[in-house]
Amino acid sequence: MPDASSGIGIVETQRAVVFSGDRPLTLASGAILPEVEVAYETYGELNPDRSNAVFICHALSGDAHAAGLHEGDDPSRPGWWDNIVGPGRPLDTDRFFVISANVLGGCKGTTGPSSIDPATGKPYGLRFPLVQVRDLVEVHRALLRELGIDHLLAAIGGSLGGMQALQWAIDHPDEVDGAAIIAASARLSAQNIAFSAVAREAIMRDPDFAGGDYYERERRPDPGLALARMIGHITYLSEESMREKFGRRIQDAEVPRYGFDVDFQVESYLHYQGQSFVERFDANTYLYMGRTMDYFDPFEDPVLVQNQISQGETSFLVISFDSDWRFSTEHARVLASGLRGAGAPVTFQEISSPHGHDSFLFADPPEYHRTVAGYLDRLASQRGIPVPGATSGSREG
Amino acid sequence: MRPDLDIVAGLVGSGQRVLDLGCGDGALLENLISEWDCRGLGVERELDDFHACIGRGVPVTQGDLEEELPRFGAGDFDVAVLSLTLQAVRRPDRVLTEMKRVAPRLVVSLPNFAHWKMRATLALRGRMPVTDALPYQWYDTPNIHLCTIRDFEQLTGELDLKIDRRILIDATGRRTGGLARRAPNLLAERVVYSLTA
Repeated sequence: MPDASSGIGIVETQRAVVFSGDRPLTLASGAILPEVEVAYETYGELNPDRSNAVFICHALSGDAHAAGLHEGDDPSRPGWWDNIVGPGRPLDTDRFFVISANVLGGCKGTTGPSSIDPATGKPYGLRFPLVQVRDLVEVHRALLRELGIDHLLAAIGGSLGGMQALQWAIDHPDEVDGAAIIAASARLSAQNIAFSAVAREAIMRDPDFAGGDYYERERRPDPGLALARMIGHITYLSEESMREKFGRRIQDAEVPRYGFDVDFQVESYLHYQGQSFVERFDANTYLYMGRTMDYFDPFEDPVLVQNQISQGETSFLVISFDSDWRFSTEHARVLASGLRGAGAPVTFQEISSPHGHDSFLFADPPEYHRTVAGYLDRLASQRGIPVPGATSGSREG
Repeated sequence: MRPDLDIVAGLVGSGQRVLDLGCGDGALLENLISEWDCRGLGVERELDDFHACIGRGVPVTQGDLEEELPRFGAGDFDVAVLSLTLQAVRRPDRVLTEMKRVAPRLVVSLPNFAHWKMRATLALRGRMPVTDALPYQWYDTPNIHLCTIRDFEQLTGELDLKIDRRILIDATGRRTGGLARRAPNLLAERVVYSLTA
């Protein structure tokens, strides 16, 4: 085992079939998925009264592997949110039972467009139904039932993950004590949808896209997916962070080469991001998740939200980052005011960070994790979940 | 809880939607939520106070109250509270006008700069007063818009705010006795108002 103080050590992705046979999944659209399998990881221990579960909802390109290392992994490359999960970290695995699952429509072990359609014996491709954030949440809930958990201390997530935490608290307020919604939006702007459209076109216009049925062909729409990822990455970083990271520096040279090949460092970086992404991600899942976000609009009927929210006592934490121009603070304010309008208690903080939309993945500035830790600590103490290491006696030495 | 906050809580009353501007560590809102069945929201700029609110389970927005106030909708709250903070804002008149917009009722407490101790320090020592109620030096004070009871009541008149209740308190936040009532501008160190639009 690696040093416990540096994280949670070796973890494993597990799988559970949560819908099948006479219990298919009926989506919000009415479409039916006969079988849904979920890939998930858990960290920490469930306490005897099952009150300490915290669910991590991941963003567009995330997966179940939020923290720790898989057997044989490079120790410098732990799960995508390792800096917030572990002993003594905000999602303290000495105190909480943390669950992280790949979303419905994903390509990292949970049923999605690359899964085999039982009706045809071939991958779904674009025959996979469009899914809503609400459907993603229903699959998370089905996983919790498998794990024997009927209540969350908190649901937490950034970006699309924050949207899931929000939808979860709206649809099932009695099941969630707290929802931490970070760098998210309750309604994409025209600009957001425009970027999403260009990314989608990049994939769908790739000659190897083949109408989404590329799985059994020799070539996949890698250039299209890489291009979509490059566009996405521009929106994840801030102008400031790009300037600091790359400036106008030239890649592997002192002077420009003057031409149409990659010359500037920022171009090289975007190419690298695009190329490494196609090795680990499915183009169809990218299309589906993009669309899931485009159509997300939980406050479309505010009266309904108000009726829902009043059924429970969920408290909300909404965090935005000042350099995030994908989901700017204005998005967070609209989200927070929608919740307040529905009568929910909402704590809101805009944090100054240079990392753009990606800020939710960073541990700095320290205010960010301090707020998340403080919020979870309050939820835990309301449930009587003890602070790890705290005994009745004094702590000396 | 500070005794003056008890008085503020009494003026706010039960079952209200409360906005506490410059809510500090959230002690008042926690009391209003848990004991008075209110729903509350605080606005607080200081990071440590913001975290104290989170620790108490008090909903809070981190930010400058003068920037946050215009973002709330008309009538979003039943009562807007400004507790010993008016003297620290850039434009007290605009803050009161905005409070009136977001809530039909206001509870405002402030230090009275015309209290005899202030007058005496200025008159006899020729120095800016440093008292229990206003413990800062002139150069480090956050209190940039100090006023007297008479000044404040003139402003409320100009802003069409009606004074429903006025409670005189001392520097420890307790109610002051009979004598102060006869000459409040001279004898009251602090004052709490309940105002309606």
